[in-house]
Amino acid sequence: MNKQLLLGAEAIALGALDGGISGVYAYPGTPSTEITEYIQKNSADREQPVRSAWSANEKTACEAALGMSYSGKRALVCMKHVGLNVAADAFINSAITGVNGGLVVAVADDPSMHSSQNEQDSRVYGKFAMVPVLEPASQQELYDATRDAFDLSESVGLPVLLRLTTRLAHSRAGVEGREVRPQNPLNAIYAPERFVLMPHNARRQYNKLLGVQEQLEKLSEHSWLNRLIPGAGKTGVLAFGIAFNYVMEVREAYGLDCPVLKVGHYPLPRKQIEALFNTCDTVLVAEEGYPVYEELLRGFFGGKNIRGRLDGTLPRAGELNTDNLANALGIAKKEGMAIPAIVVNRPPELCKGCGHRDLYEALNSVMSKQKEHHVFSDIGCYTLGALAPFSAIHTCVDMGASITMAKGAADAGLRPAVAVIGDSTFTHSGMTGLLDAINDRSPLTVIIADNDTTAMTGGQNSSANGSRLLAICRGLGVEEAHIKTIIPLKSHLAENIAVLTEEIEWEGVSVVIAERECIETAARKKRKPASNA
Amino acid sequence: MQINIILAGVGGQGILTIAAVIDLAALNSGLTVRQAEVHGMSQRGGAVQSHLRISDREIYSDLIAEGTANLILSVEPLEALRYLPFLASNGKVVTSTDPFINMEGYPAMEAIQSELHRTNNPVLVNAAELAREAGNARTSNMVMLGAAAPFTAIAPEKLESAIEELFGKKGPDIVAMNIRAFRIGQELSQPQATAS
Repeated sequence: MNKQLLLGAEAIALGALDGGISGVYAYPGTPSTEITEYIQKNSADREQPVRSAWSANEKTACEAALGMSYSGKRALVCMKHVGLNVAADAFINSAITGVNGGLVVAVADDPSMHSSQNEQDSRVYGKFAMVPVLEPASQQELYDATRDAFDLSESVGLPVLLRLTTRLAHSRAGVEGREVRPQNPLNAIYAPERFVLMPHNARRQYNKLLGVQEQLEKLSEHSWLNRLIPGAGKTGVLAFGIAFNYVMEVREAYGLDCPVLKVGHYPLPRKQIEALFNTCDTVLVAEEGYPVYEELLRGFFGGKNIRGRLDGTLPRAGELNTDNLANALGIAKKEGMAIPAIVVNRPPELCKGCGHRDLYEALNSVMSKQKEHHVFSDIGCYTLGALAPFSAIHTCVDMGASITMAKGAADAGLRPAVAVIGDSTFTHSGMTGLLDAINDRSPLTVIIADNDTTAMTGGQNSSANGSRLLAICRGLGVEEAHIKTIIPLKSHLAENIAVLTEEIEWEGVSVVIAERECIETAARKKRKPASNA
Repeated sequence: MQINIILAGVGGQGILTIAAVIDLAALNSGLTVRQAEVHGMSQRGGAVQSHLRISDREIYSDLIAEGTANLILSVEPLEALRYLPFLASNGKVVTSTDPFINMEGYPAMEAIQSELHRTNNPVLVNAAELAREAGNARTSNMVMLGAAAPFTAIAPEKLESAIEELFGKKGPDIVAMNIRAFRIGQELSQPQATAS
């Protein structure tokens, strides 16, 4: 077969399609979005249909995938690392019920926080749920491991966590596919003793999960994702995931002879690790993410012969790269030129002509006349309103937190309490917070910046917009008279200021929907394929 | 053989189109490719870069180590300077001289030029003007690719067939215009390529 040039994220998608999935469930999030997008664009010509529309959030995605697995079919769930916080309840408990059809949870972590609010390491969740974790090191490995993950999931009866990081997700390389495996037939099982997690069942299932751990460790010992690159040096390297790539880059460039144990399949392959420690005086532990296993291997009293992120041999935070691995292996850095002093930062910004600009212009004008001008906001393109020239928002914590934080602030007595949230983030996790505010009569104004898309991740369909958002707010119990729609355009500025002022000054729950299509998605719809050079 | 290229620009300028052409040409030449790109927040008008590595052997790292880039290909002059720590001592800078100013404190063009000239015989390209000469300002990325072509270690014919393959769907006129832009860029850097 020919090699195709694929992003790591796309290699997972192709592996899942060829591995016989019947559905993918996901909410967009950098760097995981392209997995689902690839399946959406490349499954039409498959013999059997694959469902692939976006879910409202990661939890609904994970649960739907578990339902597909319950029915005997293979399902893939994809999310970014913080999405797993949202899906955690479903994910952890799917390890207690176990699966029927293969269930793979692909989670893309973002060390160095290129496009995220933290750099949490999803391997911790894998360990927490006590399920197998695969962490491939190349695009080809991602393809092969994704296929294998479904077989593994079915053979051990557990979900499998497939962990990747930004560099692999967003890097292209040639990938060779294999034959297509047909989808599983519909085969729903009556197994209430597994799936009804009342305490008596849950205790038995949990013991079963504990009992299978030894088998999982044995499987790791023989996994092709774990292998030793032999060497004669007395310093060995234990390289997890893509840390392996940087170690090998240094090893080849400088002709080092250190033994390298590559680990890409967890739980830890105990015997292989013991062998490495027995033959080396010192072991450098290189992990892309938190020093999860370095900490475990050091133990409470600290292993004297272990180097890594915890003793400063590698940086404690941020991505690894060839340079910091070279430094850790005692090689002096090649000094390049310095960045000239005249080079200033170029932060991202709201697009020219974006409706959010006009919304923030109006909001800033309204808030400047208030005694307190705190604006609680959320995650999306409109987060860029935190930067100059607007500096319009003062919080951005997690999906949906704008409404609930504004509610808490209102409860504390802050007036006015204002939240700005996007359409997609509102349906992801904002609706329930709004219900809390209504039930509690917390006076706040929620501005839904409705651009009809999930814009920051590249313009995926939102779960609801326009008239459906109105209906949702009405249904949740917002008073009809205090649900307003404005059009964020320069020509509407005076009118928008008037509406916002009125609602912000009203002592009750109000919603202002600022409705204007994202200029990027609008342009994409208009663009004829032939005119784009 | 191993070539490390840093592609630089501003989110939305289309450096990934340049990357796609080089990737395809390298793959069609039987070479190994790794190309790391930036998605997400920075794509909204922020500084973006792509690490592109080509080799006749296995490539391990998706990222280029500091001081080892053979080429910095930038579609914006200030952005070329941002990645100088990656440039190898004998590496080449090929950059457009068209500034993209979307922030405070953008330095004077003379200051940028003088910093660029501290690198090894840089190729400075008035890309927008040359692109208009080729027929459309939107072909400026192909002008830049043409100017950088001699330093990519890939045969120009392979790059041209990759342009044809990638733009083919858009019709023969678009292909011809982009090839024209590529050749204009190539002519510009030819004297320097043979000299170095």
